[in-house]
Amino acid sequence: MKLSMIALRSAAVAAAAAGFATAVAAADISGAGATFPYPIYAKWADAYKKETGNGLNYQSIGSGGGIKQIQAKTVTFGASDMPLKPDELDKSGLIQFPTVMGGVVPVVNVPGLKPGELVLDGATLGDIFLGKVTKWDDAAIKKLNPNAKLPGQAIAVVHRSDGSGTTFIFTDYLSKVSPAWKDKVGAATAVEWPVGIGAKGNEGVAGNVGQTGGSIGYVEYAYAKQNKMTHTRLVNLDGKAVEPTAKAFQASAAGADWAKSQGFYVILTNEKGADAWPIAGATFILMHKQPQDPAAAAEALRFFDWAYAKGDKMAEELDYVPMPDSVVKLIGKTWADQIKGKDGKPIHASMM
Amino acid sequence: MAELTLVQEHPVSATARGSSLRRLARTDAFFHGLTRAAALAVLGVLMGVILALVIGAWPALSHFGFSFLVSQSWNPVTEKFGALAPIFGTIITSAIAMLFAVPIGIGVAIFLTEICPPLLRRPVGIAIELLAGIPSIIYGIWGLFVLAPLLQRTIQPFLIDLFGNVPLLSSLFAGPPYGIGVLTASIVLAIMILPFITSITRDVFEQVPPMLKEAAFGLGCTTREVIRKVVIPYTRVGVTGGCMLALGRALGETMAVTFVIGNAHKINASLLAPGTTISATIANEFTEAVGDLYTSALIALGLLLFVITFIVLAIARVMLARVARKAGK
Repeated sequence: MKLSMIALRSAAVAAAAAGFATAVAAADISGAGATFPYPIYAKWADAYKKETGNGLNYQSIGSGGGIKQIQAKTVTFGASDMPLKPDELDKSGLIQFPTVMGGVVPVVNVPGLKPGELVLDGATLGDIFLGKVTKWDDAAIKKLNPNAKLPGQAIAVVHRSDGSGTTFIFTDYLSKVSPAWKDKVGAATAVEWPVGIGAKGNEGVAGNVGQTGGSIGYVEYAYAKQNKMTHTRLVNLDGKAVEPTAKAFQASAAGADWAKSQGFYVILTNEKGADAWPIAGATFILMHKQPQDPAAAAEALRFFDWAYAKGDKMAEELDYVPMPDSVVKLIGKTWADQIKGKDGKPIHASMM
Repeated sequence: MAELTLVQEHPVSATARGSSLRRLARTDAFFHGLTRAAALAVLGVLMGVILALVIGAWPALSHFGFSFLVSQSWNPVTEKFGALAPIFGTIITSAIAMLFAVPIGIGVAIFLTEICPPLLRRPVGIAIELLAGIPSIIYGIWGLFVLAPLLQRTIQPFLIDLFGNVPLLSSLFAGPPYGIGVLTASIVLAIMILPFITSITRDVFEQVPPMLKEAAFGLGCTTREVIRKVVIPYTRVGVTGGCMLALGRALGETMAVTFVIGNAHKINASLLAPGTTISATIANEFTEAVGDLYTSALIALGLLLFVITFIVLAIARVMLARVARKAGK
């Protein structure tokens, strides 16, 4: 009895020591925030750890939480799907830069309609989500789809119930294309929806659209693609009906003027370009201009630098869209210009 | 204990007896202190929670004032928040859940204690208790993927057709059958609180002295009369307590409700329409709540839930006291 107790105790001590040892060996980069880019950050982190031995500890707690944590300086970087406005950045002494892009796709469940068959434009989509267009055979939808067989079924609107970057991008688009939407609802990570049911997460919206006949919702592109949902085509700013593809998101990023927008405050909705998908957006990283722990901040920048250089293929595998090289160059310049140590020198020189 | 027997077995001198008594008194005092500290710790935690909620909720409460309680608008864009829709949803879903769960729960308990063949008693009892052990997220997923489509295809269209031309009831069962909504959430809640009601009422039914029941049977009462006239009056306090415990759980249930209620910040007369509850709103929106007023409004909702639960418990106490007084007469 006594012997086994001693054995147990020494085992416990050894385990504690081992735990302590690993904690010391890997001073992980710490970050927190948006859930949307979590899969790609996790994949990058895994590959980065194999290559350099440095780990990343990312908590996907939501954009709001990420912003709060970086402001409280409990993490080295925060992540948000909704970019902060330049004056908000200045107030907290933060900079932000985009990492990857994604798109938001309307999905429908209308009997007889195949993926990509239904065409909608911004105004009609806005009216559906405002509750003005209530039947699938409404004249506005028929006009855009003269050849489709549309039932007289009621439209059931499904939206996100949780605050979400996806909702922000979607409502930002509706605000740009529908004056009535801008007036009554506006754009944010959570809004006061005029109609419809709320479901939690992309999977909740997908589940509800899947089982409710006559429904329409919106999900992250990767989610729609991987689950083979019935997406719609959208008419973009140039008047063309486009399919949601990685190429169409990149076309929208190409249409944006990154260099002129302060603090990379760019939302890729309703961008010009014949091939541009009108509801796209980037996800952002927030860091302090004068980090408390310059060594940790430099480590984080090294990680993102590596991700821009070597992570594009991994991002594409997960249906994210990598940032164009021209934008990455601008990001490297911003790092050099703005993130400085206590001696006033840049803490990290970009490889780009 | 060990010391005590030692003292009794051996005749010892007065001083030795005195010192061991003192030691006993010391351990007693220590034990008293320990239990008192445990009790005070609970009070301390409770006060801390209240204080934290009030401080967190203050910006929203002072900004909106009384209108926070009576406004239906919940608009994160313009930062106008009112708690009426979540309060309404919380109370209505819990009330409907109780409407389903109380008769069924008590019925099951009566069956188990009075009517059930002994061979079936244990398996059915264990099955009911297992219901209580299922995590609420499982109820949520089941509600969303199994119950909601079932209701959408069968019961909801039936209700809409049946009451379509009846005044009052037609608005209660109006609208397109979404599958999820207030009624679905209430049904899931009813299933979740059923085991609480059943296991507590079963326990108190078993406390009824057999003598009373035997006497009633001896007077020629039927089983139904024994249950109505002897068992239920005797156990009224315990049954009410069990129901209130279940109600407390229904008011605060979060995950399962979030899945199936539809999460719309609107008060709708129809039970088939989507709604929201206090806890579902907090769970949905807390992670992405940017802005101090938004966060504060969510914390204020939490404070309101605390107050509602407190009121329910207080009402239960008053009711129990009244029942006890009546029985005393």
